[in-house]
Amino acid sequence: MSTNMAKTPTDWQTFTFEMTKLVTADSLLTTPEALAPYECDGLSVYKQQPAMVVLPNTLEEAQAILKHCHAAQVPVVARGAGTGLSGGAMPIEDAVLLSLAKFNKVLDIDVDNRTAVVQPGVRNLAISEAVRHLNFYYAPDPSSQIACTIGGNVAENSGGVHCLKYGLTVHNVMGIKFLNTQGELIELGGNVLDSPGYDLLALMHGSEGLLGIIVEVTVKLLPKPELAQVVLAAFDDVEKAGQAVADIIAAGIVPAGLEMMDRLAIEAAEAFAKAGYPAAEAILLCEVDGTEAGVHDHIQSVEKVLHAAGATEIRTSQNEAERLQFWAGRKAAFPAVGRLAPDYYCMDGTIPKAALPGVLKKIAQWSAEYQLPVANVFHAGDGNMHPLILYDANKPGELEQTEAFGKKILALCVEVGGSITGEHGVGVEKLDSMCVQFHQHELEQFFAIKHAFDPDKLLNPGKAIPTLHRCAELGRMHVHDGQLPHPELERF
Amino acid sequence: MPDLSNELQQTVQTAYQSKTPLNIIGGNSKSWYGRTPVGSPLHVSGHTGIIHYQPSELMITARAGTPLTEIADTLDEHRQRLPFDPPHFGEHATIGGTVACNFSGPRRPYAGSCRDFMLGCNIINGKGELMHFGGEVMKNVAGFDVTRLMAGSLGTLGLLLDLSLKVLPHRLAEQTLTLNADFPAAIEIMNRWAATPLPVTAMAADGKRIYFRVCGTPSAVEKSRQQIDGDLFEDGWSFWKALREHTLAYFDDDPRPLWRFSVPQAAAHIQTEAIDEQDWFIGWGGTQRWLKSDLSFDDIQKLAHNAGGTASLFRDKNSATNRNENSDGSPHGNREGEVFAPLAPALMQLHHRVKHAFDPANILNPGRMYREL
Ligand SMILES: Cc1cc2nc3c(=O)[nH]c(=O)nc-3n(C[C@H](O)[C@H](O)[C@H](O)COP(=O)(O)OP(=O)(O)OC[C@H]3O[C@@H](n4cnc5c(N)ncnc54)[C@H](O)[C@@H]3O)c2cc1C
Repeated sequence: MSTNMAKTPTDWQTFTFEMTKLVTADSLLTTPEALAPYECDGLSVYKQQPAMVVLPNTLEEAQAILKHCHAAQVPVVARGAGTGLSGGAMPIEDAVLLSLAKFNKVLDIDVDNRTAVVQPGVRNLAISEAVRHLNFYYAPDPSSQIACTIGGNVAENSGGVHCLKYGLTVHNVMGIKFLNTQGELIELGGNVLDSPGYDLLALMHGSEGLLGIIVEVTVKLLPKPELAQVVLAAFDDVEKAGQAVADIIAAGIVPAGLEMMDRLAIEAAEAFAKAGYPAAEAILLCEVDGTEAGVHDHIQSVEKVLHAAGATEIRTSQNEAERLQFWAGRKAAFPAVGRLAPDYYCMDGTIPKAALPGVLKKIAQWSAEYQLPVANVFHAGDGNMHPLILYDANKPGELEQTEAFGKKILALCVEVGGSITGEHGVGVEKLDSMCVQFHQHELEQFFAIKHAFDPDKLLNPGKAIPTLHRCAELGRMHVHDGQLPHPELERF
Repeated sequence: MPDLSNELQQTVQTAYQSKTPLNIIGGNSKSWYGRTPVGSPLHVSGHTGIIHYQPSELMITARAGTPLTEIADTLDEHRQRLPFDPPHFGEHATIGGTVACNFSGPRRPYAGSCRDFMLGCNIINGKGELMHFGGEVMKNVAGFDVTRLMAGSLGTLGLLLDLSLKVLPHRLAEQTLTLNADFPAAIEIMNRWAATPLPVTAMAADGKRIYFRVCGTPSAVEKSRQQIDGDLFEDGWSFWKALREHTLAYFDDDPRPLWRFSVPQAAAHIQTEAIDEQDWFIGWGGTQRWLKSDLSFDDIQKLAHNAGGTASLFRDKNSATNRNENSDGSPHGNREGEVFAPLAPALMQLHHRVKHAFDPANILNPGRMYREL
């Protein structure tokens, strides 16, 4: 099959027939019913059926599939659990969806070096479960951790409520193995703290399946802290809660987690999870962990700071059950808010913490203008906000309104010195917003990196980085006489 | 606080057009690191000054030529620090050079490395294009992570202009303890403690003793001291600083090359007839091992490989006279040959392509990292 021409039905027949020789019958899905569960990821407003879904059992099968796709120049979209929230794993028409679901084994636990080697389809939480008996755990804990895979975590550089202290996925992965489009295996890092050469390991984090297919991950394991305690503080004013966050940091404390919720989110979470949250304009959850002695000292300081910041109520978890109960509301915030309206749209911008009051005010103002309610859940410690816009997709035009509102929020994040995405990635969702954050040279540099890894543009094409054309059409890029700058450059 | 972005951009553009290799020089405190620099000197230390520091945001942005000492002093005023505890290796060390080398100090295994704390950067690529990646916020996954890619790239991918880094508060109290142990025992003991929740922030071993540093609130430190049951080492602060800066007696003048092994933390102590015990020094809780040795580059790599890691020629004071040769006649143990461990062919090829993506004319510090890059 040729690269540039659209493939004929006969081409596809041949391609599919060849594919059946590479994997077992149950690993190749082609009927519309079988493809249906794969047509979207966690961002279900975008749907697309792929040409086929392939679920390799072994590394050799995965390599053969990639070689086959490369020879036929058929694009490949990698998929973990499909919990991504930006359409990263959404299929592409006339492309293969490569599911890593069967790569679900913990290959090795190195107790002495406190690392584990796992396949990419292993669920995030399953890693901690596999090492619980050793009193170790894997630190990054996205709220989707029961379902999402470590491969997806690397591809998105996922965070969690504890990343303020323990870092993102990139800080907790020591090595990966990935396949390039020709099925060649490339190893980055390993069981050591650093490796010679460029830090391509960092580059692979957050690359959204555009640079390679991750087939193995070596993660760092941490000893479980002796003690973790969480302080819940209620405020009658969001701004005061925001100031309290700054005060805690200024007091020299690095909490394990520092989360904020606004009134709508609190009410929803309380109705759903019965966590016992007080009625308030905002609540903060501040977790401190470490040695018993250290935690006791820090909890005292945190309580003092929160008092001084004007908290109307302060509760400190007295045991593990209570700690988990305090968290239950926060962890269930998304599904809880989901019950308030037929649909919700989860945003993921980051801002300097000091900009919080202003940004929240603006969001409230726009919320009134668009007549779309917003609940705010906020990784306050690291400035990552998750405004949840409530809407009804069945009302004509409301999705479009919601998306327009969302883009305004992201543009505001950039304006105040932040970013359009803290942890959910760009996918297909934030391509337009990328044009706000980056200029021509930077986008071209991204293309050049993509080209270095994937010269045939076969891996998840069209995702994560907008073409210069797209940005030009949005009026975000200077186009002279209708000519794109550098027409000689490759685009994808 | 001069901003030389425009001048530097013009210089790179001109060099790109004339295909003139550039040797990017910050404080010139680490000119001994990597392969021998070539190219026409481009001084960047004039591009200096802290641009933005917001203690409550745990973030600092500074021009690459800003001296490390200036950054440390400024942070100190607000009881904050660079969490990765970078070595200076000279009074003129800049933040740019530190990032380019990805150098981190004794705290590295417990706090993270220089690259771990990078948030954003302005760089000039090999075509003279000025670009901004990342930002001043903790979390940012928009676009590929070019910022962290810059760390340790030795200026071969881009000229670093401005850097944003995450900072952290000072620890409240700290204490250094020692225990007697030879190397094999030290590796075992250090890893045993590292597997517990003790607030350890540095561990090293010199073959006679293990040095532990614990940090935290005063009561947490006192509790840890009881647990480790070691001897109190009064001048811990000087010890860790001397280790970080390589001014400990171990690093005193020695004509032999200094090798850096990066191996799994618990890898067994490397013992061969060709090496004296006193030529080793173990840092980073076992994962970074220093060796003074005349062994060939290939032999060193074999030792490191057998231990599950790699080695690099860190410093060679007599590079000009150390004209040793490998079996194939290539130079070793000096900076005309390779100093970093060889990369697998597919990975090397990818490095070429990445280099090309940033510096197609190969003018930025050519050959500083690998002969061919
Ligand atoms: C309720 C809910 C809560 C969430 N909470 C959080 C949170 O707290 N923090 C957070 O960061 N995210 C969160 N997410 C988002 C999502 O769970 C993460 O992005 C997660 O990492 C995706 O993992 P996945 O296995 O589902 O990947 P997928 O959605 O299947 O894929 C995500 C991206 O990774 C690529 N990919 C997947 N596997 C591979 C591979 N092996 N090789 C190469 N590329 C690959 C895909 O192509 C796609 O671009 C949440 C999502 C939901 C639905």
